[in-house]
Amino acid sequence: MAEIRKAEGIGDWFDQRLATKKLTKVLMTEYWIPKNINFLWAMGVVLVVLFTILIISGIFLLMYYKPDVKLAFDSVNYTIMQEVEYGWLWRHMHGVAASAIFLVIYIHMFTGIYYGSYKKGREMIWLTGMALFGMFSAEAFSGYMLPWGQMSYWAAQVITNLFGGIPVIGDALVIWIRGDFAVADPTLTRFFMLHVLLLPLVIIVLIVVHFYSLRIPHVNNQESEDIDFDKESDKYLAGNKKESKVVPFWPVFLSKDFFVSGAFLVFYFYLTFYHFDFAMDPINFEPANPMKTPAHIYPEWYFLWSYEVLRGFFFDVGPMAAMDIGLAAFGFANVIFMVFPFLDRDPNVAPAHRRPKFKIWFWLLLIDMIVLTVYGKLPPMGINTYIGFVAAVSFILLFVALPFITKCDAKHTGGVK
Amino acid sequence: MAVKQSRRDFLGMAFGGVAAVGGAFSLVAMKKTWDPLPSVKAAGFTTVDLSPLEAGELRTITWRGKPIFLLKKTDEMKKEESRDVVVGDANYTVVIGLCTHLGCIPNWYPATKQFKCACHGGEFDASGVNTFGPPPRPLDIPPFKIDGTKLVLGEEGPEYKKLVPKA
Amino acid sequence: MRELKILGVVIFFTLVVYIGVEPFAHSQMHPHVAPANFNFQEESIDYATEEVKKAEEKLDEAKSNNKNVEIAENQLKADKKLLDSTTTFWNEIAKIDLSKGDATKGAETFMNAGCVGCHGIKSQGMPSPMDDATASASFGVVPPDLSTAGKLYDGTFLAALIKDPVKALKVEHKFSETKPHPMPQFFGLGGDMNQELADIVAYLKSIAPKTLKDEEVFENACQRCHDIKYAKRFSNTEKGALANYMGSTPPDLSMMIRSKGKDYLQTFINNPQKQLHGTAMPRVGLTKESQEQVINFLEDTGDRKKEERESLGMKVVGFMIIFTILAYLWKVKIWREVH
Repeated sequence: MAEIRKAEGIGDWFDQRLATKKLTKVLMTEYWIPKNINFLWAMGVVLVVLFTILIISGIFLLMYYKPDVKLAFDSVNYTIMQEVEYGWLWRHMHGVAASAIFLVIYIHMFTGIYYGSYKKGREMIWLTGMALFGMFSAEAFSGYMLPWGQMSYWAAQVITNLFGGIPVIGDALVIWIRGDFAVADPTLTRFFMLHVLLLPLVIIVLIVVHFYSLRIPHVNNQESEDIDFDKESDKYLAGNKKESKVVPFWPVFLSKDFFVSGAFLVFYFYLTFYHFDFAMDPINFEPANPMKTPAHIYPEWYFLWSYEVLRGFFFDVGPMAAMDIGLAAFGFANVIFMVFPFLDRDPNVAPAHRRPKFKIWFWLLLIDMIVLTVYGKLPPMGINTYIGFVAAVSFILLFVALPFITKCDAKHTGGVK
Repeated sequence: MAVKQSRRDFLGMAFGGVAAVGGAFSLVAMKKTWDPLPSVKAAGFTTVDLSPLEAGELRTITWRGKPIFLLKKTDEMKKEESRDVVVGDANYTVVIGLCTHLGCIPNWYPATKQFKCACHGGEFDASGVNTFGPPPRPLDIPPFKIDGTKLVLGEEGPEYKKLVPKA
Repeated sequence: MRELKILGVVIFFTLVVYIGVEPFAHSQMHPHVAPANFNFQEESIDYATEEVKKAEEKLDEAKSNNKNVEIAENQLKADKKLLDSTTTFWNEIAKIDLSKGDATKGAETFMNAGCVGCHGIKSQGMPSPMDDATASASFGVVPPDLSTAGKLYDGTFLAALIKDPVKALKVEHKFSETKPHPMPQFFGLGGDMNQELADIVAYLKSIAPKTLKDEEVFENACQRCHDIKYAKRFSNTEKGALANYMGSTPPDLSMMIRSKGKDYLQTFINNPQKQLHGTAMPRVGLTKESQEQVINFLEDTGDRKKEERESLGMKVVGFMIIFTILAYLWKVKIWREVH
């Protein structure tokens, strides 16, 4: 047992019991981050800020929200939006943050892909990150149902229906998930539970693991340089701060993150107060009505690309129904990012601009996903269906080609940086 | 030594095995908790009396949260042997009122005797057969059983089974 | 410099996505309609012309696919017929000179024409002849009290309405000879019918209040059919009868301002068919001013925190800007040591 002395102050009192000084060093002042980074490295902290906003605003919404199909819509749109002091503010912040967090997640993801921050020991960072993406998607989907507006209802109806395409158990599975033959009260209450308890718990655990998985392989840097962190941190501690290639997490790295987060929040609050329709679809201010469909049913923007992969296959091929091909492609789109590190056959870590073929592949993927996103929202008629089809096929082909392209790059660069 | 080792192995395995069985049973319990309630399942059958229907006038009822279109055909409407529900001497169109394109609810236009979907312009005739636009197939027929002049939706009667392979 | 370049790339792609899924997608999903037009003659004829054009396009398409040509032809025929009757009707209405209307004579005509058989004018001591429940059961919808009609509705529109409710209200698709509109057409009392119409309109205008509050406009113009429960107002027509009359229960309007937005409501109230073809809602003929008042009332009910939102927004965004500037200065100070 540790020897407990008379404390010299509060700090010391805690230090003797919790080793706070050591802890601060490990987590903050001697957690080393490469110096050669740009603002894209701040997206992780921006995500933490947004997640915190979601939790805090969510707590206040939870105080007045009623998970019952008869009460939900009015509890949100009357009680919260019009009666509760600043209730509208929490709702707007929650709705806009939920949308904005996906924008940042995508930037964060594409940064990782661009700089190759998913291989050579960093696979776990990528895998936990993709798991987080999945959980956030589930969180967004379940949360979107809660106001019980037209889009809540019909998006839930269409998306849960997708499980009906699974062979044999499909129909039973849909009913099992909904707890009813159609999306109804049992569906709302169980998705409410998922949204406010189970999924946030899983997300928090995953975030901890995601952060922890950074510790051993360390954060990547702009040039993908292999840094000797022990040597560089010694330099820094010895006072050669300018020469050292690393900086401590606190205060140096975070000071930059605070600035980036601040700038992002200016933009975020502008959206929250003045430009929220993109995140709070007007159609959802109409109460859910199972007997009336909105003219257009579409998911929130961050799901559009995978939705379009699903829709893109609109004709039957031989014995396979269009729906089944689409569903298979949709499944493919949702797991393929998970195995990204294993599709990249180039063992070297390098930013995309130093990988001739991968560079082209990267921008093509980005453009293809944007095309999918835009056409995922448009009504599937006329030329739209064909563009959607081509984009969906391209998406799959891009991933089929990825191992060959990266292998080819590896040969040309000869395995050296 | 060797004996001790294997005994510990056995104990460990037994312990793990018992824990796994407990876990499996709790999973079953959790799965069942998610099942639809008996009251929900019981509400999955809807009985409707067809006799008060006027020929040519559409009636919409709800079955399992979905709209069901009931239409007693007039003499001018084409009879569709493979789709019509015949009760007594009248033919009825009985279909799930969700467009087979993307699940919107089509409207009935008595003037042209058509179902038209406002979402993407799909059109169906009085028998529910798709005639125009993006819908890939005719409107679906819900499972039904004929009981005198009544229709029990949700149960698969012999008449339904006969229609299905043809539809 | 490099950071700015990266920022530029991020902003560019974000913008492309935004423009694609918001303004562009919405322009595709909700085709543009002509702005609200409070000259109801022009509006009616323009709209009918537009419908004919659409039917022609559809026929062309049907012909090129060689599918459902007959249906498309019938559609076009029906639309052309509607355009003809609409043009004839409104040209007749145009002959009415409202400026010659005589309110005193109008009062007489009003009584003699039998209007009071269904309508009340409370402000003139004439209560409605039936209570709401009886009226709902007999007509499907409670006939309006006409105390404020001269203020709410456009004069020409009123004349057209009295002459032929189905044409003025644009509900040709709902009523026919076998299923007539509950309000009968006015065929005149034997004199110059156009003069009689002008007189009635002059009378209604003469008894109408000079100003109305937003909520009174709503009450008189909308509340016979629509609830707006967040303002604790409920339709005076009995629900069952109303649903039967309209085909479905008219929606509660509490959150309409957020779900449809001002622009849509402007064109929709002005001519519901233009935004929602085939809807059971009649065109009620509100003047521009009354329509603005209805929309204001909807905003006060459905978006009552708008002002607070917009003024707080300035403060929060301002605060974040100061926060960011200080964060930047602090960052520069810290990084000076390591760069």
